Amino acid sequence: MPRTARDVVFVDGARTPFGKSGKGLYAETRADDLVVRVIRELIRRNPGLPPERIDEVAIAATTQIGDQGLTIGRSAALLAGLPRSVPGFAIDRMCAGALTAVTTTAAGISFGAYDVVIAGGVEHMGRHPMGEGVDPNPRFLSEKLVDPEALVMGNTAENLHDRFPSLTKERADAYAVRSQEKTAKAYADGKIQQDLVETLVRSAELGFGLASADEPPRPDTSMATLAGLKTPFRAHGRVTPGNAAGLNDGATGAIMAAEDTAAELGLDARMRLVDFSFAGVEPEVMGVGPVPATERLLARQGMGIDDIGLIEINEAFAVQVLAFLEHFGIADDDSRVNPWGGAIAVGHPLASSGVRLMMQLARQFAERPDVRYGLTTMCVGMGMGGTVLWENVNYKGDK
Amino acid sequence: MSSPITAARELFGDEVVTRAISRDVELPYGAGTAVLITLDNGHDHTKPNTFGPSGLLALGEAIDAATARDDIAAIAITGKPFIFAVGADLNGVPRIEDRDQALAIGRLGHDVFRKLGESDIPTFALVNGAAMGGGVELALHCRYRTVSTGVPAFALPEAFLGLVPGWGGTYLLPHLIGAEQALKLIIDNPLAQNRMIKGPKVREMGIADASFEPADFVEESLRWAAKVVKGDIEVRRPEVDRGDAWDRAVDTARFVLEGKLHGAAPAPVRALDLVAAAKNRTRDEGFAAEDEALADLIMSDELKAGLYAFDLNQKRAKRPAGAPDKSLARKVTKVGVVGAGLMAGQLALLFARRLNVPVVMTDLDAERLDKGVGYVHGEIDTLLAKGRVTPDKANRLKGLVTGSLTKEAFADADFVIEAVFEEMKIKQQVFAEVEAYVSAEAVLATNTSSLSVSEMAGGLKHPERVVGFHFFNPVAVLPLLEIIRGEQTDDAALATAFAVSKGLKKTSVLVKDAPAFVVNRLLTLFMGEVLAAVEEGTEPETADRAVAPLGLPMPPLLLLQLVGPAVALHVSETLHAAFPDRFAVSEQHRKLVEAGKTAIYGPDFTIDPEVKALFTGGDRPSEEAAILDRALRALAREIRLMLDEGVVAEAADIDLCLITGAGWPFHLGGITPYLDRTGIAEQVNGSRFHPNGPKAV
Repeated sequence: MPRTARDVVFVDGARTPFGKSGKGLYAETRADDLVVRVIRELIRRNPGLPPERIDEVAIAATTQIGDQGLTIGRSAALLAGLPRSVPGFAIDRMCAGALTAVTTTAAGISFGAYDVVIAGGVEHMGRHPMGEGVDPNPRFLSEKLVDPEALVMGNTAENLHDRFPSLTKERADAYAVRSQEKTAKAYADGKIQQDLVETLVRSAELGFGLASADEPPRPDTSMATLAGLKTPFRAHGRVTPGNAAGLNDGATGAIMAAEDTAAELGLDARMRLVDFSFAGVEPEVMGVGPVPATERLLARQGMGIDDIGLIEINEAFAVQVLAFLEHFGIADDDSRVNPWGGAIAVGHPLASSGVRLMMQLARQFAERPDVRYGLTTMCVGMGMGGTVLWENVNYKGDK
Repeated sequence: MSSPITAARELFGDEVVTRAISRDVELPYGAGTAVLITLDNGHDHTKPNTFGPSGLLALGEAIDAATARDDIAAIAITGKPFIFAVGADLNGVPRIEDRDQALAIGRLGHDVFRKLGESDIPTFALVNGAAMGGGVELALHCRYRTVSTGVPAFALPEAFLGLVPGWGGTYLLPHLIGAEQALKLIIDNPLAQNRMIKGPKVREMGIADASFEPADFVEESLRWAAKVVKGDIEVRRPEVDRGDAWDRAVDTARFVLEGKLHGAAPAPVRALDLVAAAKNRTRDEGFAAEDEALADLIMSDELKAGLYAFDLNQKRAKRPAGAPDKSLARKVTKVGVVGAGLMAGQLALLFARRLNVPVVMTDLDAERLDKGVGYVHGEIDTLLAKGRVTPDKANRLKGLVTGSLTKEAFADADFVIEAVFEEMKIKQQVFAEVEAYVSAEAVLATNTSSLSVSEMAGGLKHPERVVGFHFFNPVAVLPLLEIIRGEQTDDAALATAFAVSKGLKKTSVLVKDAPAFVVNRLLTLFMGEVLAAVEEGTEPETADRAVAPLGLPMPPLLLLQLVGPAVALHVSETLHAAFPDRFAVSEQHRKLVEAGKTAIYGPDFTIDPEVKALFTGGDRPSEEAAILDRALRALAREIRLMLDEGVVAEAADIDLCLITGAGWPFHLGGITPYLDRTGIAEQVNGSRFHPNGPKAV
């Protein structure tokens, strides 16, 4: 029988508020508990989806040990009370983990192997600092395959400033200030809260509490406050804690479905997956990854950047966003880009962030029937980029 | 702070204080800010939250601070992970010296908890884990309650220990769910081996207004609370019948209670009285009456005995006195059971279920063996049908229990227990046969109830491996296991026996190789006094009723029926042979056995006329009080002798045996605290068993 690819839709997303790692909200809360809360919220918000119809639970984590180990997609599914018949797995592409959980399972849906999946990610960078337990092969060094400095993400951001001298610290700081402002406004307008699920936090000292909002945003950020920050990766450098995402804890999840299954179950399809692309770049400048990933995708679709009405790009570092914008000739303050701010403000719990981009894009699509296409894109450690192209199901314009 | 409270705090100097930690949380749906109070004593779930004076005062301060605010929409209280709160800190209770202190403790609980019920700000108890006693009462004071479906234990165990739920329980619970339902928690469950209910049942009974799954219980409870605060959810509770139904429920409970305890234990009756009167009392009156009841009971001998018994079960039972170092225990990977009778079958099932090792039963007769193994497999099927084991587990268990016509099958067994006919020669022969096949280290255990373990081991090549392993019928129900050290038993065999007992989840007590060990010796003596009174001319009904004031689980003649008159006669004869001065054999008992009677009571709970005919004669009938007195005096004398003989390490072991092997009640503390407080011990022996008050460890 000839095989027909099926259309895949993004149905719904939810996430925990993001916390600051270390002494933040989730200091004494387990990573798997965050994932469980998200999964249960997705089920609750979509009563039309019988849990036994979920064909896969794909959860990304960069550091897959401890409470992020034990095949977290499967263990979280069990802990969430999904039927035991529902399988799950763990997936890793560093920062693009959740994004890859979506594309991988979406490909499975399109192929006909799944009807409905839950895809998401988690990173508790407090319990699992970046690089925990890694053991880089000495050949990286001996054969000069990768500059050891490239394993520290901040260094790769400094390298980007070197490569593109026009991307100054001032531009990066200005971008960061705008990210904070846009997030503050989105919060004030109740945009971001729509996808948050309030989450119990535990503290032996403070008792139980409830995380109801993202902890990282600093709405009072200004050029002046940023100017005084240290540059931890390089003396007299350009990358500061103010123009980069912080170290964060949080979890995200999304329901993805075949468009026909969504219709059958009465699930609300919010955007249609058109295509996705991953590309590798030199690890030393990993932040430029979204450029070739997006170029490849647009070329395959015969589209140009002007066909894209909304872009959700992960803000690991301001400079890495600027590199993308400059490449495509987009202004630093273009309103199509991260309208609600980004990771510099709300935080970037590594493997969870990709799905946050998607849930925000889906919300924006609903408000913008004039926009047909949008991108979610992010750079990835070890030199990669990943981009997903989405179509707005609410699009009312010319086809 | 009143001075009795200060004094009480000093008595609770080692209190593990449960902190009440307040934290603001933003309720969803814009319902406003709530103060979430976490109860946390700083330990993990193995040391649950309890309330001593300092903890109560801390909670009071937290509630005061919250209620003083005008910017909050709700107050919610929850526990630490897996534990809500398990009630009053009992450690200091035995140290309370006077009634004023006791009264102060009762009042302090009310003073703190009632703030939650009388605040204008809505209060919510989020019962996230185990809740007992004062923990349950704390929740009852709140205006609303949610419960996790994962709560494993929810109970008001006060009456079980010798108290009443006196921090609001006897007043608030019947007014919440009606007297009939409330009495199940306040009276019925505590008196049914302290039964507990689980989360879903808490909701079903209407104690909680909503229930949520454990995975995100607190979050969902707060969502529910937010909706209640906003008026989106209206909490409806069934109207409580404060008319005849209330009185009828009390009357029924009173009838049952009288039948069970005959007034032996004051606490359940006091609790019932409080519930009865709660119907027409105001809160103030109800709470004040609870204070008085607590003060009386805290000072009572029955509570002291109850707390002692509780500690016996919780502490002494876990560290058997005199057991050798557990590192000496050998690994047991296969068990042999000699015999295929009913007892052998019960043992085989228990070993297989608890140890998960192969259990092979042997019998010389193929038919009996098939029947024995068939019995065990049938019991496993019953467990399966009841959902107590999964199909896979049932298959595993059935695979573990097999039969063999020869003892060769014991060759690789590490532990062989015999449950054959109670005759020395037969048992000696069995052990000799087993010894021909097993390794030199295999432990040989005997389930004898009255024969000498040392004598049984006498002719063996390795007598040091023989231990007594005396279970109580029904094996699956009674926790006690008397472990008997024979004269030659070595530490390794004994340590292995204790390790196996632990694996079987039994309560083990080390007993010297003395006739009939502990429980049978004392029960036989006790019953013997009752039978002697009958033989002397007392009506059997009168004699049986004579010991009712003790509140034992069943009257002596019913116990005789349950044990089986023939078995009881055998033990009686053994003891008579050993101690002819103190243990008589009732001729009437002998006739009963000769007549082949197995039942004493008929199905209508009157004495079988044929039995009654055998129980006639004699011309010196006794009054009930005299019979009780002689029975207790006999016990006091015998226990003293047993302690002098070194049958067990301490009087506490006697009590632990009687509680776990014969179901003797907490309010007697087994028996020795009762013999002390009634003065009988001193009259008979010239001294008390516990000169400084009963101590479990």
